[in-house]
Amino acid sequence: MNKKIESILQRYSSDRTRLMDMLWDVQDEYGYISDEVLPDLGEGLKLSPLDVRETASFYHFFHSRPAGRHRLYLSNTVIAKMKGFNAVYAALEAETGARFGSIDDSGMFGLFETNCIGLSDQEPAMMVGKVVFNHLTPAKVRDIIGKLKAGQSPEEIVNPEGIPRDQLAYVEAMVESNIRRKGPVFFQAETDINALLDSCLKRHPEELILATTRSRMRGRGGAGFSAGLKWRLCREAEGDVKYIICNADEGEPGTFKDRVLLTHSPREVFAGMVIAGHCVGSVKGIVYLRAEYFYLKDYLESQLQQMRDDNLLGNNVLDQGLNFDIRIQMGAGAYICGDESALIESCEGKRGTPRLKPPFPVQQGFLDKPTAVSNVETFVAVARMLDKGSRWYESLGTTHSTGTRLLSISGDCTAPGIYEVEWGTTLNHALRMAGAEDSKAAQISGPSGECVSIRQDGERRFCYSDLSCNGSLMVFDHSRDLLAVVRDFMQFFVDESCGICTPCRAGNVDLLHKIDLIMAGKGQFSDLDDLVNWSRIVQRTSRCGLGGTSPKPILSTLKKFPEIYQQKIRKHHGPLLPSFDAAAAVAGYQQARDELLQEDVE
Amino acid sequence: MSITMTIDGMEVTAEDGSNLVDVASDNGVYIPTLCYTRGRPCLGTCRVCSVKVNGYVTAACAMPVSEGMTVDVSDPEVSDMRQGLVEILFTEGKHNCPSCEKSGRCELQAVGYELGMLVSRFPYRFPVRDREVGARHIWLERDRCIFCQRCVEFVRDKATDRKIFSISGRGSNARIEIDIELADAMPPEQVTEAAEICPVGCIIEKRVGFDDPIGQRRFEVETLRERATARSTDE
Amino acid sequence: MNKPTAHESFSHDLPRVALDAATLAQRGEKVKVSMIGLCGCWGCSLSLLDADEALLGLLDKITILRSSFTDIKRIPERCTIGFVEGGVANEENIETLEHFRENCDILISVGACAIWGGVPAMRNNEVDLKDCLREAYVNSVTAPAGAIATVPLHREIPRITDRVYPCHEVVKMDYFIPGCPPDGAAILKVLDDLLNARPIELPTTVNRYD
Repeated sequence: MNKKIESILQRYSSDRTRLMDMLWDVQDEYGYISDEVLPDLGEGLKLSPLDVRETASFYHFFHSRPAGRHRLYLSNTVIAKMKGFNAVYAALEAETGARFGSIDDSGMFGLFETNCIGLSDQEPAMMVGKVVFNHLTPAKVRDIIGKLKAGQSPEEIVNPEGIPRDQLAYVEAMVESNIRRKGPVFFQAETDINALLDSCLKRHPEELILATTRSRMRGRGGAGFSAGLKWRLCREAEGDVKYIICNADEGEPGTFKDRVLLTHSPREVFAGMVIAGHCVGSVKGIVYLRAEYFYLKDYLESQLQQMRDDNLLGNNVLDQGLNFDIRIQMGAGAYICGDESALIESCEGKRGTPRLKPPFPVQQGFLDKPTAVSNVETFVAVARMLDKGSRWYESLGTTHSTGTRLLSISGDCTAPGIYEVEWGTTLNHALRMAGAEDSKAAQISGPSGECVSIRQDGERRFCYSDLSCNGSLMVFDHSRDLLAVVRDFMQFFVDESCGICTPCRAGNVDLLHKIDLIMAGKGQFSDLDDLVNWSRIVQRTSRCGLGGTSPKPILSTLKKFPEIYQQKIRKHHGPLLPSFDAAAAVAGYQQARDELLQEDVE
Repeated sequence: MSITMTIDGMEVTAEDGSNLVDVASDNGVYIPTLCYTRGRPCLGTCRVCSVKVNGYVTAACAMPVSEGMTVDVSDPEVSDMRQGLVEILFTEGKHNCPSCEKSGRCELQAVGYELGMLVSRFPYRFPVRDREVGARHIWLERDRCIFCQRCVEFVRDKATDRKIFSISGRGSNARIEIDIELADAMPPEQVTEAAEICPVGCIIEKRVGFDDPIGQRRFEVETLRERATARSTDE
Repeated sequence: MNKPTAHESFSHDLPRVALDAATLAQRGEKVKVSMIGLCGCWGCSLSLLDADEALLGLLDKITILRSSFTDIKRIPERCTIGFVEGGVANEENIETLEHFRENCDILISVGACAIWGGVPAMRNNEVDLKDCLREAYVNSVTAPAGAIATVPLHREIPRITDRVYPCHEVVKMDYFIPGCPPDGAAILKVLDDLLNARPIELPTTVNRYD
């Protein structure tokens, strides 16, 4: 058995559920996960080599072939494309000598596109290994690549002052936090974690759950499920062991509020988890952190350690009898792992395939035990609510959408960043705060949400019964090609589909191709009918929320901006379908013949 | 515990929590399935069994029945969705029925006939997929795979219970892999079983070609619908 | 369509012997049908012939104009039904299908090749056009020894398309009869439904894809 593999297995006690961490260690060691290491890994975990490959091949950042000593992942969001992506893309290829999707001849650089890395307010941006570079320009690219070629490491380049990785300053030097508007709930720095936990642990779990439920606190990820109800169900579920999982996957393009919360309020997050543990009767918490936030990991670990040192985590927390500890589980690049059941699968070292429901995770989750998965922002909101009282919380927002929420605003605005708004705030107000002018459209909740028209919907309110936003708010002015934005969103869903069910795996590809056809001016009005018919099939028959929402960019723009499609439909004459290009169909013949006869001569 | 529910307006009694596809077929209502087999755990991958339960579209194979449930199978909207899904499968892969060993015994083809599919509404893609021929007894013709996951879940090595088939990649780049070492160790009955479990002509037994004459092939002798609703006609 | 040069003429432009008035009158009441095989093997047309004596009843209701049976090479007058087998694999197929679409009220894709490309479509995305031409004209097993390879490029020889297209991806097709070939009974059933203005229904017993 390969000694390095053996030590990796030992590091995680040959626990099959830690396969994701093992694969990261393997890739850190060898630069990629080759076929050669699979048998040893498999043997140590009682899996076949293909079982290991099953997991490894699912995630974007795990490579099965050499991917370069330096692996560069350029974020290809619609926002990046509005801010100079193309020039940066060209500069990266020119400077490294590699083409995107492959490595250069020397094997030093691998260039890859990647989906949103949570830096929409400072794009173009890229990951290099486990650090990130923001506000990219061709000049900055030349500088970075030059230094990499000169032998500097990505860490050295992004952190020239050598700030230790476990410090807040390290994170702040690398990325901007852009907290533009805060309060009253988030980023207040007034919470005495010690006192809060002390008081919560003295209260009965039922009382805490009741307070949470009464406050009408709803989950801050995409689903908006009642936080109190989820913890109640988990508490009541049968099981000796229960788990609290913090969903820090933040994969929805345009969302970066969880990144900023983890940066500036990590203890509130962890405190929320301890409180949840107390509520449901759990001793183990896991933070599932997306790989795009690797640069937060050491800092978060140090915060956890400090909490342990302060007796706020671990055995007998604050001498109140609760045992609760938290570990961090890294993801490896899969938007679908934001779905709670797919996330749990990933925590178990498997592919991020959403599970069939029922049973729900609160009944059978991680390792089939009752598990409550909540968003980063939810934990902070609960902690703050319990600190200041549910009545305080209920006084904010609207009757049915209580409290505040964090918006990550990016796109055509002068002040992209984090905005805390009370539920009930209008879209126009949010746009004004962010300095958005001449706005035409806003994408609420990322690609899986709605595209709304500012003219028609500007006075609509952020609340669960109207603009139910998961935090992502992208703004587009009148210069933007909305159909290209729709196309980008469909490509995103095609990239991120887990592939387990027919409608999402295959239907999204057909929708994407149809959009391409229309954009190329080869569509007819019946193609728009097809878009609706096919979208409904994908939406209604898909197994999980990804397929359940992926056609929404098409459906919502057909409703709000039908002209972007209509203007592409040209009147066609004659019996041939506009989608059929007769000239192109026969054009290849002459060329093939010429090449063939050339070969024959040679 | 016995419960009552309705399927297409017909009142039906069933055991609480039993599988909706089974309950329907026991009462003479055919719900097409591709990944589901009676008696095996539900996979929920093909979605072809989509029906309306209390107004919501859901996969029937993953739906345990309960008191007062209203099930709509023949609703035109959801029937069209089922057909659309079958049509997607025909264009996603490369399904050349005239030259396929499984023709006449193929569940995808049989479901196509039951739904009256004549042509797909989706563009025919003609994907290029590698076939895996390295195993001694099994030919994996990936052109025809519909990703039902039956082989991944239900075909296991007798000695170690390890998966013989697995899935690699993600999304539309996913594909089925075969562990050649474990596949070569399969006893002949298990090889045949694997070829039977595969609903299409993807897992093919080597050296076994077309064995039944046209007109006497499995679904010509008894259609999928007849097989599914056989129990109800027995009574 | 290439226009005839000075020393060329099309057979469909040649003078024809006029039919007697009674036959013309009888034919005038029947539904006009034209048939064609594009890139197909003609098996679907042969399958129609397999209807044997049932054809007689059919021919009481239809009259076949352009077809390989009648050897009429252009559609002489507008037809109600166009029976199309074979997919689109060269530019002559494109022109012919256009001609059918322009001159028939209803077009039916008959057989696997018309419906999705069939056997000729096996080359789609997998076999380069260059390799097809090499196989046919350069490494041809039937070429005489010492022959110089000639890959045709002439205005009268249709160029092959980049891939084989189902008919409905080129023009609008109205009905489809699957099969390779479809059973004669299936074809008759569809024609019968059409002729009697019934909704087209292909029972499960005759719908086949192989």
